[in-house]
Amino acid sequence: MATETTTNIQATGWEYSAAPERFPISIEETNKLFIDGKFISPKSRKWFATTNPATDEKLADIATAGAADVNAAVASAKKALPKWSKLAGSERAKYLYRIARRIQERAREFAVLETLDGGKPIKESRDVDIPLVAQHFFYCAGWADKLEYAFPGRNVQPIGVCAQIIPWNFPLMMAAWKLAPALACGNTCVLKPAETTSLTALRLAEVLQEVELPEGVVNIVTGAGDTGKYLAEHKAINKLAFTGSTHVGKMLMRNSAGTGKRLTLELGGKSANIIFADAAIDQAVEGIVSGIYFNQGHVCCAGSRLFVEEPILEEVIQKLTHRMKSLRVGDPMDKNTDVGAINSRSQLQTIEQYIKTGVAEGGQLHEANNQQLPSKGNWCNPCFFTDIQPSHTIAREEIFGPVLSVMTFRTPEEAISRANNTPYGLAAGVWTDKGSKVFEVAKRLEAGIIWCNSYNRFDAASPFGGFKESGFGREGGMQGLKPYVKLV
Amino acid sequence: MRQQVDTVMVEQRAASFTRRSIKTESKTQGLRLALSMIDLTTLEGKDSDEKVRSLCRKAITPWEGEITPPLPSVAAVCVYPSLVAIAKRALDGSGVNVASVATGFPSGQFPLSVRLDDVTKAVEAGADEIDMVINRGAFLSGYYDEVAEEIKQVRIACGDAHLKIILETGELETLENVRAASDLAIEAAASAGPIADGEVFIKTSTGKISPAATMPVTLVMLDAIQSYFDKTGVRIGMKPAGGIRTAKQSLHYLVMVKETLGNDWLTPTLFRFGASTLTNDVLRQLVRQHTGRYTANFDFSEA
Amino acid sequence: MSRLTVPKTYKLYIGGKFPRTESGRSIPIQDRKGDTAAHICHASRKDFREAVEVAAKAASSWSGITGYLRGQILYRMAEMLEGRREEFAAAICVTSDTKIAAARKEVDASVDRLVCFAGWTDKYQQVLGCQNPVASSFYNFTVPVSQGVTCVVAPDEPSLLGLITLIAAPLCAGNTVIALGSQKHPIPTAIFGEVCQTSDVPAGAINLLTGKRADIIEQIADHRQVASVSAAGLSKKERVTIEVGGADSLKRVCFSALKNNDWYDARLCASPWAIEPFVEMKTIWHPSASR
Repeated sequence: MATETTTNIQATGWEYSAAPERFPISIEETNKLFIDGKFISPKSRKWFATTNPATDEKLADIATAGAADVNAAVASAKKALPKWSKLAGSERAKYLYRIARRIQERAREFAVLETLDGGKPIKESRDVDIPLVAQHFFYCAGWADKLEYAFPGRNVQPIGVCAQIIPWNFPLMMAAWKLAPALACGNTCVLKPAETTSLTALRLAEVLQEVELPEGVVNIVTGAGDTGKYLAEHKAINKLAFTGSTHVGKMLMRNSAGTGKRLTLELGGKSANIIFADAAIDQAVEGIVSGIYFNQGHVCCAGSRLFVEEPILEEVIQKLTHRMKSLRVGDPMDKNTDVGAINSRSQLQTIEQYIKTGVAEGGQLHEANNQQLPSKGNWCNPCFFTDIQPSHTIAREEIFGPVLSVMTFRTPEEAISRANNTPYGLAAGVWTDKGSKVFEVAKRLEAGIIWCNSYNRFDAASPFGGFKESGFGREGGMQGLKPYVKLV
Repeated sequence: MRQQVDTVMVEQRAASFTRRSIKTESKTQGLRLALSMIDLTTLEGKDSDEKVRSLCRKAITPWEGEITPPLPSVAAVCVYPSLVAIAKRALDGSGVNVASVATGFPSGQFPLSVRLDDVTKAVEAGADEIDMVINRGAFLSGYYDEVAEEIKQVRIACGDAHLKIILETGELETLENVRAASDLAIEAAASAGPIADGEVFIKTSTGKISPAATMPVTLVMLDAIQSYFDKTGVRIGMKPAGGIRTAKQSLHYLVMVKETLGNDWLTPTLFRFGASTLTNDVLRQLVRQHTGRYTANFDFSEA
Repeated sequence: MSRLTVPKTYKLYIGGKFPRTESGRSIPIQDRKGDTAAHICHASRKDFREAVEVAAKAASSWSGITGYLRGQILYRMAEMLEGRREEFAAAICVTSDTKIAAARKEVDASVDRLVCFAGWTDKYQQVLGCQNPVASSFYNFTVPVSQGVTCVVAPDEPSLLGLITLIAAPLCAGNTVIALGSQKHPIPTAIFGEVCQTSDVPAGAINLLTGKRADIIEQIADHRQVASVSAAGLSKKERVTIEVGGADSLKRVCFSALKNNDWYDARLCASPWAIEPFVEMKTIWHPSASR
């Protein structure tokens, strides 16, 4: 029989076949509000459509919660509070453990739904978001009966009814970061997901029913800015936790002045990623990529300002350009996709405007990825800018997209001062092999999370939150309980 | 300057390659590619002429069944120097290369003259490729110049034969050592004369020491190859050896090569698997894809 | 023949110096009988801005010294205050109905408060911070770090203990402080600068203003360099002013609800939870591997 006998065959141009996630998922045509343990139609009688940002196809209708609906949700949370807050911590813990388990068991369903509704690659919702959601509930569950040890010398009490408003970049994960500690500490909640990504939160409501969480302990109201405003300004809430833009965060702080409402704000960032010449360069390049292109750059802690020590700038650019060639942009439901769809048309327009500004201000745009983007849906090629100064618009303002500004520095002092020269203070990356430098730079960076020789790592046990205009309060870890307790 | 390597990040990236989903057509293509990249290896004290002849037969025609398009031969048969002549005759005209381990394989614990003589004999017997071992003792003691000089001399002794430099990464232990040894080996080989694409490989292991090839170790070596290419435009080859037993693993490695060095390296000229049991697992998968039926062990000849 | 006294005008304490207010304004302070007991400086917005400048400059050195050294400096302040116990007790009594015995008790409590915080400077990190057992090969820990400049608005009463309690927590945390002392009973604040001056407190780390809250409260709220505000005894309107103004730079705002005897309760006033509002939690990740 015949066989091929050449050893020096030409390189084949081996490409991956489509690898679509085929998990069958059903989505209700209309998705109601979750109030007092039941799914109910909105009194507002209004609905809005949620679409798949990768295809522009409509997925479902979602209820718009009006003022009356928000009232009902808050009243339900208030009614549930006395019993829930007096329930033994060990019993509250069991509900949270049950939630964690059910999420693990339904992980694939949640991942698929998250990707359909939000546009993030299935790889990320499967390997990052949903596992972290389960971990967060599991982690906080364990605290519910141990709060006295977290706050030695104090009597720990819940705050009361918590209003929680979350963004669209990590929809279910943000819901978990809000709900899990609040519930563990004995509070009741009204959660408002972002209008473009409500589906997984509503599916979580199904889980809450499954685990028989007492009615009213968690209520979920969907809608846009108005719904958020009704909730944030509601007189009967005791606490407002918000994750989103710095602009809205400031507004909420102003509006809640004098009310005595407790406030937690997780806001924007313009985080610095600093690469010293003595770093492990290949891994640092990996960190640059995961720092800015993870989740399409829709990450509040994205390493969007890259500072490279001058002598290695060329090498880093060369390696980064090369590395970006293997980033796969496209269908979020394909298991091999690295960068998915931009979450909404308006966000895409914002990003595109920033890219234009970057070019107009003299930045050199590098779109190292030469892949064909799908014709339908919202897409942005990952890119970076060189010839950027810290004063450029794209180096100062949060873009919330896959756009990186590359700058340089000559000395550690210069790196630190450039990195800190921003009103934000959420996160920073430091890459050097020298231990003493790692610790000194980490010490002096004004940011709530410092990733040394790494970037964008998350863990339920690790507190997350920023300095300065990136907000206040922490989520995760022992410190993440503090925003949900009253110490007396 | 020694290039720094951060283990945790390397492991993280290496693991990311294993999460690629390689299905349908890309799987068939990948497995055929993997098959064509195998250095079918036997390196045992009890190796016989007969075993080597049998191996060569397998190398030329990995599977006797009908499959279209026909399966490729493997890249090379890898044997001890004393068996090179047997393999050379058995493979004559097939296009399958003869590779010979040399330089006092696997320990390398012999006087340099003996090791060089080993190479010369293998080349004279017809070896197309020489798989040498570096002097790990000298490397770990910091005698880098000595290690480099020996590599240079071996390359000269190779003449036209291609050279694969075994770092024995399991004995180097740290990824930083792996990177340093990779850089040193490449530079040392280059010091003996210009390198054509694929003329020099770096190779993880002898297969006699555990751990042999791992994804993180291979990734670090690929990074070294990339850096050398960025600097010089010369393509050094890569050969992970030992420990790669399943078709799935081989696809993980191909994904890693594709996403680091790129498609240019996806050819037996520049990438090899040092393996023996891998062949039959790749064949099983290919036949299963072809026929739609799962096969049994006994359906495939032992190498 | 009775001797004519030499009354002094109490000055501000800014950047380690005792300037008069740039505005040239002073306020006569009446004693219990309604006679003018002294004049105090009526700090202006410009004085406040100047204090922010020096406090911001001093922030890196005050936060940069070791906790051990900060502790020694706070302890030194306690020593100096103890040494001037009678003077401070008298100062408390000048404008208020407080009996001298009670005033001495307040001074004693103030000394004890400083001593307590002096002890916390190198310990609160261990109580508030921790190592986090993340589920990956990382060494991860959370440490409390300083915020920068804290503005303190002290309650009218207790005039000394309220001030000391509110400034000690942010100082302990490594923040530099600008404090506006009791509006009704400003003399203890005015003379406390002399304690700071003789206690090795670096210039600018503590700045003390006297005057009227209404004049500078908006500045306190609006100044973007101010990282946090600690206040007690404010009206709702004043609290709203601080929160609304503070929103622009997302100030950390901490209103104390302490009343009367609460100020004497170290458990309420000098626990790590009194320090916690004035630190930022910084979480550091580093890969951990030997291979």
